[in-house]
Amino acid sequence: MKQHRILRAYLLGAVTLLVLWWIIALLVELPIIPVPDKVFVRLGDIFASTIVIHGVYSLWRIAAGLALAVGIGYPIGLAMGYFDRFDRLLSPLVYLTYPIPKIALLPILMLLAGVGELSKILMIFLIIVFQVIIAVRDGVRTIPRETYASLYTLGASFGQLFYHVIFPASWPKFLTAVRVAMATAISVLFFTETFGTQYGMGYFIMDAWLRVNYLDMYAGIIVLSLLGLLLFGLLDTLERRTCRWQLK
Amino acid sequence: MTMENNTIELKGVTVNYGKPSAPFTAVRDVNLTVPQGTVCALIGPSGCGKSTLLKVMAGLMKPASGTVNIGGRDVNPHDLTIGLMPQNYGLLPWKNVRDNILLGCRVRHQDMHERQPMYVKLLEQLGLKDLLFRYPRELSGGQQQRVALARAFLLQPDILLMDEPFSALDALTREAMQDVFLGLWREHRVTTVLVTHYVEEALYLGHQIALMQSAPGRIAEIIDNPWGCQGLDRGRDDVFRLSRTVREKLRKLEVGDA
Ligand SMILES: Nc1ncnc2c1ncn2[C@@H]1O[C@H](COP(=O)(O)OP(=O)(O)O)[C@@H](O)[C@H]1O
Ligand SMILES: [Mg+2]
Repeated sequence: MKQHRILRAYLLGAVTLLVLWWIIALLVELPIIPVPDKVFVRLGDIFASTIVIHGVYSLWRIAAGLALAVGIGYPIGLAMGYFDRFDRLLSPLVYLTYPIPKIALLPILMLLAGVGELSKILMIFLIIVFQVIIAVRDGVRTIPRETYASLYTLGASFGQLFYHVIFPASWPKFLTAVRVAMATAISVLFFTETFGTQYGMGYFIMDAWLRVNYLDMYAGIIVLSLLGLLLFGLLDTLERRTCRWQLK
Repeated sequence: MTMENNTIELKGVTVNYGKPSAPFTAVRDVNLTVPQGTVCALIGPSGCGKSTLLKVMAGLMKPASGTVNIGGRDVNPHDLTIGLMPQNYGLLPWKNVRDNILLGCRVRHQDMHERQPMYVKLLEQLGLKDLLFRYPRELSGGQQQRVALARAFLLQPDILLMDEPFSALDALTREAMQDVFLGLWREHRVTTVLVTHYVEEALYLGHQIALMQSAPGRIAEIIDNPWGCQGLDRGRDDVFRLSRTVREKLRKLEVGDA
């Protein structure tokens, strides 16, 4: 029932966009805005042979950056949220670095890590990691002390506290943070893929543009937005499945 | 039931909050013995330190001075199974009814297979069979209360500590839940401390009634109650007379505080 309605909303959104695109293309009649049907035919032609490998590269960079950010940010946020001492020690550091637009660090990153794969992944990592740290810290810190009481009296180990209380309690905040960071990460990824690589959706789209191949370029843009849709759809589904206990 | 001795014994217990340099004494010099297999009702004005005493017995706080023993041993949640039912029931919002009931046993690494018959029976007794996959926010206060009771009794604790377990319920549900508790307690006879601010509840369930007064919190008087956990008619004359006496004493204690 609910699943159906969501699907319908997405379809409606897609159709609206397509119709708008079509109208504009017909009105403007310029090669820089081709009609959608030609673009989709082109997409069908080159998807398996060309675009898919670029998409996989982009996805891999996002996944690696995200995994790194969670792997490092989660324990830090957890320690800061659970132990006041860690929080006092680390929060000045986090607050000082968090507001810096991470893209401003790209030149430094490229000098240190090269223009290749590593700097692209590190960029995504930097964007997501702060959001994760702060969300997990706040998520853990706002757990009322009484919540632990019945587990403490049962002699629960830290592992059990984590499994039964800390992790599930902070999970919704964590998911929200990842979702917010994901949007920024995708746009920055696009930018970093325009140099130092022959693969990735960023590279594909800019390359098509330089070749004045607007059909390819639009096909790339469509794939990029579908990639975003896929990631957000996954996060949404995960949230719906795991956060039903929360007050809506 | 094992023939263990789980008598709860508080001797000269004083509990402070705040920094050791500027302590606030919540309860002072409390002596209380809850014999194995009995229920003690703690009653007194709000803020007199009832929850604080319970936290000390649960091992959540250390007294500034005095000792707390259970069966002659220090309170140690690792070798004693302590069932604590906090004032808000202590259900975890992200666990459904089933997982909330099983939580205690899981944390204590108890044998689930062996507990299965009791689990089924408790669900039956407490009318929880149709609620297993609901989350706490989807339950009424009385239903949450029943889940908490199921968890506490399934755990088969050495001692059971309940902080105003029935206070948030309306009068009818409260009496029904007292009877549910009574039924379970008679089967298991776990040593219990029950915090309440209802005189009727204290009389209905407590073998001992400890009257507390505040500023600083202390036990003013301990009354032996021959009708504790007997399930006698609540309206009986002699019960009513005792309840009037207790009420009178409580009123004097509160006036004395003011
Ligand atoms: N965490 C705390 N920090 C400081 N004071 C507290 C804390 N918890 C309780 N108190 C104080 O200790 C006294 C006893 O509280 P409590 O045991 O909760 O009373 P009761 O349960 O009888 O209402 C009260 O004066 C209360 O303000
Ligand atoms: Mg209290």
